Amino acid sequence: MEIEARTQGDMLVVRVRQDRIDAAAAIQFKDRMREATQVGQGRVLLDLSQVAFLDSSGLGAVVAVRKSLGPDRPLELAGLTPTVEKVFRLTRMDSIFTIHPAVQDGLRNAG
Amino acid sequence: MPADQGGGAAFCLALPATAEGVRAALRQALTSPPLRRQSPAFRGAAELVLAEAMNNIVEHAYAGQPGRIELRMQPHAGGLAFLVTDWGRPMPGGALPPGNPPVLSAEADLPEGGFGWHLIRRLASGLDYRRIADRNVLRFDLLA
Repeated sequence: MEIEARTQGDMLVVRVRQDRIDAAAAIQFKDRMREATQVGQGRVLLDLSQVAFLDSSGLGAVVAVRKSLGPDRPLELAGLTPTVEKVFRLTRMDSIFTIHPAVQDGLRNAG
Repeated sequence: MPADQGGGAAFCLALPATAEGVRAALRQALTSPPLRRQSPAFRGAAELVLAEAMNNIVEHAYAGQPGRIELRMQPHAGGLAFLVTDWGRPMPGGALPPGNPPVLSAEADLPEGGFGWHLIRRLASGLDYRRIADRNVLRFDLLA
């Protein structure tokens, strides 16, 4: 599982460079995210535009990352592909996460 | 159902009951004749339902023990019929979980699991589970 992090203002932008976050990748995703979010204090924007598939294990991993970052450091999402968007919608997790159409939309309010 | 009723030959696949086995099987199933020609939305739904059904078998029916899963997909006039068989433990109570949507309560208590059967029930129709001798047999349809 390769992920790539860069800071933009006070925001950390993390891009998943793998086409799936599934049951076989969920634990690795959580570990990589824990490492990548050691830096910075502000919002974390997760770029999922390269992720074509996410199952319920992957969804659980994204929720776990959000919870471990805590309320003062919200995890926001960007670039959901159709099947990933469907998982967030059917589980109503789209009501919990701020979801931006693309990374640049999420960057608008970056300090 | 005879293989020539309504739209092409059945596709059958056996896989080891591991997360990696499921991932490889999905790749094969998605590029097989019954799914290859479907719309992206249909293929996405099929991948999701199959992933949830087979990951449940890996995690609960076999609970980490080695095992085998068989998948059969049969095209029909309205879409695709799926048959998923395993030789693991039966469903608790001999029935499928209700698949109620997880409760999205306070931030700190957000659920990290329990979405699988909810997703299956939202996307698949005609769900039927049977324990037949030492096998779990799950059938469902995806309608085009």
